[in-house]
Amino acid sequence: MPGDTLTLLADRLRGPLGDQWVITDPVRLRTYECDGLTYHRATPGLVVLPETAEQVSAVVRACAEAGVPFVARGAGTGLSGGALPRTDGVLIVMSRMRRILSIDLPNRRAVVEPGVTNLAVTEAVRADGYYYAPDPSSQQVCSIGGNVAENSGGAHCLKYGFTVNHILALEIVSPDGDIMQLDALDPGYDLLGAFIGSEGTLGVATKITVRLTRAPEVVTTVLAAFPGVAAGGKAVSAIIGSGIVPAAIEMMDALAIEAAEAAVACRYPEGAGAVLIVELDGPAAEVAGHFEQVERICREEGAFEIRVADDPAERAAIWKGRKSAFAAVGRISPAYIVQDGVVPRTALPGVLARIAELSAEHGIRVANVFHAGDGNLHPLVLFDDAEPGAGERAEHVSGMILDLCIEHGGSITGEHGVGVDKARYMPKMFTEDDLDTMQLVRCAFDPKGLSNPGKVFPTPRLCGEVPGVRKGVHPLVESGKAEQF
Amino acid sequence: MTGRSPLDTLKATGVPVREAVPEDAVAGVLPSWVAAPGGVGEVAEIMRAASSLGLAVVPSGGRTKAAWGRPPERCDLVVDTRAMDRVLEHEAGDLVVRVQAGVTLDGLAAALAVHGQELALDRPLDGATVGGTLATATAGPRALRYGTARDLLIGITVVLADGTVATSGGKVVKNVAGYDLGKLFTGSYGTLGVIAEAAFRLHPMAAERACVTSAHPVSEDLGPLLRRVTAAQEEVSAVEIDWPDPREPYTLTCLVEGVGAQSRASAVRELLGTRASVGGEPPGEWARLPGETFVLEARVRQDDLYDAMLAVAGTVRVTGVEAAVRGWAAPVSVLRIALRTDDGPAAGDAAGAAFVTALRDMVEPGGRVVVVTAPEEIARRVDRFGHIGALPLMKRVKERFDPDRSLSPGRFVGGI
Repeated sequence: MPGDTLTLLADRLRGPLGDQWVITDPVRLRTYECDGLTYHRATPGLVVLPETAEQVSAVVRACAEAGVPFVARGAGTGLSGGALPRTDGVLIVMSRMRRILSIDLPNRRAVVEPGVTNLAVTEAVRADGYYYAPDPSSQQVCSIGGNVAENSGGAHCLKYGFTVNHILALEIVSPDGDIMQLDALDPGYDLLGAFIGSEGTLGVATKITVRLTRAPEVVTTVLAAFPGVAAGGKAVSAIIGSGIVPAAIEMMDALAIEAAEAAVACRYPEGAGAVLIVELDGPAAEVAGHFEQVERICREEGAFEIRVADDPAERAAIWKGRKSAFAAVGRISPAYIVQDGVVPRTALPGVLARIAELSAEHGIRVANVFHAGDGNLHPLVLFDDAEPGAGERAEHVSGMILDLCIEHGGSITGEHGVGVDKARYMPKMFTEDDLDTMQLVRCAFDPKGLSNPGKVFPTPRLCGEVPGVRKGVHPLVESGKAEQF
Repeated sequence: MTGRSPLDTLKATGVPVREAVPEDAVAGVLPSWVAAPGGVGEVAEIMRAASSLGLAVVPSGGRTKAAWGRPPERCDLVVDTRAMDRVLEHEAGDLVVRVQAGVTLDGLAAALAVHGQELALDRPLDGATVGGTLATATAGPRALRYGTARDLLIGITVVLADGTVATSGGKVVKNVAGYDLGKLFTGSYGTLGVIAEAAFRLHPMAAERACVTSAHPVSEDLGPLLRRVTAAQEEVSAVEIDWPDPREPYTLTCLVEGVGAQSRASAVRELLGTRASVGGEPPGEWARLPGETFVLEARVRQDDLYDAMLAVAGTVRVTGVEAAVRGWAAPVSVLRIALRTDDGPAAGDAAGAAFVTALRDMVEPGGRVVVVTAPEEIARRVDRFGHIGALPLMKRVKERFDPDRSLSPGRFVGGI
């Protein structure tokens, strides 16, 4: 009886956590039924809000002993259903663990709890001239713990890399409830690297040591308007090909611009079929040199208007449209699906052309907003959920876009994660052996498969007992005390 | 079924296999045979055959680090990846390269330089392969700006002990689909599988490079210098410490790359005092190992580097062991310490072991001291790896990937 098991579990956890932090009231449980991807919903069987690693450990240990699945949840901003709860399990909400424990500027690091928001880390060190580099669009609300689970990126990961490149150590609670330290200083298997991006399936991070990055001397943001995405795409290739690694290169197509104008009146150049946002940062001498090149390339590729921002206010004006794009699409469409496919940069023009064809063939509008510099597409597949069959058609087009990414040697997700949403696409990108081998890691960390089950992998691998040495005869068999079947 | 020798079975795969010669030894252990597959399919064939025979397999690349790690407990077959030396894919516009594991870093650098690109890894040893570099997680000073091999690796294909071929990641720079096996295999010392192919993120070669060099007495605290230099807005790519004798001054070399490197380097020089000078390319010994036979690595936080240096100087004084040191500042800062214990074997061995123990006592728990390579007599007397927080989990990973312990058994920490 799962209900009874959960009731017993709740009773057991009230002591260590305190009554008010163990939630069983169905109405309150329902507030946790989804993350940022709202069309996957499940009311958790039980919600707990621990405040310390020891409490997380107590919860996980209790789950392990009772054989109950658990899901850790950060701020709930994920876009792949990675924090989708289990109706038969425990949702561990990390929002009370939100202290910045230490800031160590000489060592360029800070130790934070998982519930601390991404932006809060930057805010804490900004005055000293530092920041935390990974910057997912949701950085005002998303948590560092969630970033670790998803290996979050952001617009600036083109130059600065992902969460995994900025985490120096983790304290984790393993799926059997042990508190363990994973540290970049340690020789041996890079378990720190393996844990980051494992989407909560290898345990729960309870303390996170982040790397702090020195704020650049100069930031220059360029907005270039092109007649269409083809020209913009060629400019992207030319910029990268010229040996510049900008902090970010973002592109929006006409439909995405239309949405952004409707939502936030970003006043991008009129008549633009595509806008490119190129951000350059670093030493003044270098940025100045690169800026000249970028401007020249954009003009050569057909940019008809170029705007430049050198201060935070102007920069914010340029980014306003881009940052609002996802939400803005709500202004031009009742419903939409966000995809997160990746293609090699050089395949961008061909893939964009094919997306336009797919859109026309199926009568489904697709707005394109993407991290052009690293080939990470965020096609917004628009549909009217009131129209019968439209959702299915949109889903179909959306799937075809992912197929297109795979065909071009890309990926089904650049930063949103697999979660429940894309698990079924994993076999298209990876062989059965690939997926089985990945799950050997899962079996090492979590042989019972209780940590965020049902995510990432379409079919869970049964781990069995720890294999041990298979060669030779078991001593019990050898001594005649048992028979091998 | 009788009469067929293991060598016949191995040869039946069609993969070139030969009897081993003394030069094939791995950390002093002589294998029986050496196989030289030409691609991932042949690695899988040979691994399946080896597995069916119950052979212990040790992967090997350019052999530059064959003496690193613990001697394998068993070593029947060496899988030599040097015939797997092809660049599989290099689309310059993507700044991505996919290679076979036996490609050398030098060869790869030459191939990429033609396109004005580079794999931003330092090369401590000539002839090292991509596979060996990953398996030992060797790094260098440019880690400060570019990270280490694990940060530049975007895809990997490995062959497990039973011949299973598995790929993770891919050939795009941004990708979070599935677990990242590349991370796991980086630093795995051949104990989880054979690294067959790898894909890396590349960087454009810097338009300009300049170095700032300065000498400092040991009494001068490196801490404030490092803080200034690494916080400088001129963006220093790397800071190397060259310290051939811990009783003498050390030399700092700061590398500045990119547009305006020369003028930026001049600004960095101001931070280092009047003795500093600006030059062009890094010195010839840049990023090189300071020795070959007995090398330790102290791994510390950036601001602990100077304390680690003092610990080395103190240990040199106390033990009388001669040392040469080269290191760098990065999130994981490293001092590579080459020891010379040539004053009579027995006494020298004891002193070498004492050095490791004494240094580790001072550097832990904030840092780690790892014996990278050591003469057998000394290695036997010390714990090579020291404290590793997640060792139980690493053992569980090994049990899952290689349940029969047939891959480089005992090569790594805790008997893994």
